[in-house]
Amino acid sequence: MNIVVLVKLVPDLVEELTIDPGGTSLDMTWLRLIINEFDDHSVEQGLLLKERGGGQLTVVTPAVEGIDDVLYTAAAKGADRLIKIQGDFQGWVNNHALARASMDIIKDLQPDLILTGVQAHNDLDGALGPLLAECMQMPYIGYISGVTLDGGKSKVKKEYPGGLIAEMEVALPAVLGIQAAEQPPRYVAVSKIRQAMKTSTIEEKSAPELNSLGGPTVDRMFQPEAAVRASMITGDVNEVAMKLVDIFKELGVL
Amino acid sequence: MNQDTYVVIEHIRGQVADISYIMLAAGRELVKGLGGNVVAILLGHNAQPLAVNLAADKVLYLDHPALAEFTSDAYQNALAGLISANPPRAVLFGSTTIGTDIASSLSIRLGLPLVSSCRSFTSDGKYLSQICGGKIMAEGSLPGTTALVTMIPGGYKPELGQSKQAPGVSQVDVPALEALRVTLTRYIEPEAGDVDISKESILVSVGRGIQTQDNIELAEELAKALGGTVCGSRPVIDQGWLATSRLVGKSGKHVKPKVYLALGISGAPEHVEGITDSDTIIAINMDPRAPIFDIAKFGAEVDLFDLIDPLIERVKESKGA
Repeated sequence: MNIVVLVKLVPDLVEELTIDPGGTSLDMTWLRLIINEFDDHSVEQGLLLKERGGGQLTVVTPAVEGIDDVLYTAAAKGADRLIKIQGDFQGWVNNHALARASMDIIKDLQPDLILTGVQAHNDLDGALGPLLAECMQMPYIGYISGVTLDGGKSKVKKEYPGGLIAEMEVALPAVLGIQAAEQPPRYVAVSKIRQAMKTSTIEEKSAPELNSLGGPTVDRMFQPEAAVRASMITGDVNEVAMKLVDIFKELGVL
Repeated sequence: MNQDTYVVIEHIRGQVADISYIMLAAGRELVKGLGGNVVAILLGHNAQPLAVNLAADKVLYLDHPALAEFTSDAYQNALAGLISANPPRAVLFGSTTIGTDIASSLSIRLGLPLVSSCRSFTSDGKYLSQICGGKIMAEGSLPGTTALVTMIPGGYKPELGQSKQAPGVSQVDVPALEALRVTLTRYIEPEAGDVDISKESILVSVGRGIQTQDNIELAEELAKALGGTVCGSRPVIDQGWLATSRLVGKSGKHVKPKVYLALGISGAPEHVEGITDSDTIIAINMDPRAPIFDIAKFGAEVDLFDLIDPLIERVKESKGA
């Protein structure tokens, strides 16, 4: 079984986000990028499948600052091959462009199964998984929180609202959009990552010129100002606690 | 070509999902600026009765056994035929487990531009999308001559997409749906036996800010003092710190407590979707820009770990008094 996980980095929302002077994009200059959390779950799901049924796990990702650490972390966890796609990925690259840029590189790997995060918080032109699936003429199912493999097909658990699960079968090769791995992404010690840096190789593959056709243009990007904001309780924590108790009493729950 | 706005109706096990009504309301707003009609696209099998309260100018109904319940392959094939035969100005999908599976694929297959995470439309027909966990808005013109759009809730009330007058329904031919690669084998019901958080009146909800599994105990202690129940947002459930039955939001429960106390929850749209029916939302978060403060009635910008102990004490005192 040949499993490929497509990973991308996204702005860390813990950091303050700012809009660039043009007013149509995020200012990426000082933004800290982290692995899209759903891609992190995709790596974990790939590792679980490999551990259960054998096979090779390849992690593919566009080359941006900080990506080597993400790849070596995946290697330390058990990924077999690491591939970095070289191209102009430093700015805001849309998912249509990313799907087209990675399509041929992934095709060459002859995957049986491609996993990627069901979404990323900065998607503005649809999710990467189904775009890639259609580029590669493969079927796609998203919102997955469980995967089993059985010969030429995969049985998946697809999440619906309210905790309902749809169990679906999909013919392989296929692309799955992972919502959550069957267990939380595993922890790996820094010493193991350092070791992976010495023993693993990151392969580099060139992407064709980026083609972002299919995404929207943005006329204006801004931080929302709510019409009504919460009435803020001020003071030290003891004062806040007392005021909260008063509010609970007013609301009739105490 | 036509100038209509198509709305792909989502339904699961014979129930039309709220997002469908929200999109019909959005479609009504969009046609004010762009012209054309709001056309509901209903795919199903013996599902025509689901059209009865859709606030659409008309309904195009596609009936086929393979469309009885949603699967990506069958829906994509049916919709690709319908859209390419007579492309409308816009096609609205839910940014949901259904809509997300098909909108992107159709964008590539039909060569049509796609805007995602759209919350509302301006009166002159521009999209307004909410991204980066609700911290950033993007605005722009609807691209191309036919645009695909996925929509999140929050911009329109579902009631606006419902009508007492049944719309006219036209049945449309369905292309051959053969050699489908995706099949539904069964539905699995949510785990039973745990508390039903959608029925609880006091909820202490924890997000990423709770940091570790051990800290869940603190929230539980507070909930116990208040006579409430602990629930959480997606990252907490994905870490396995709380059971899936305690998940609030898009893929979890929609709750409607008297008090929703959000501890360390940023307020991403996927979470907010599940709490808008709460009577009073109180948010505790260190980040003054956290979107949760935009929907909470009360807020405090303090470290929840500093607050929890004195709060438990004050609550206990108050009960003892």
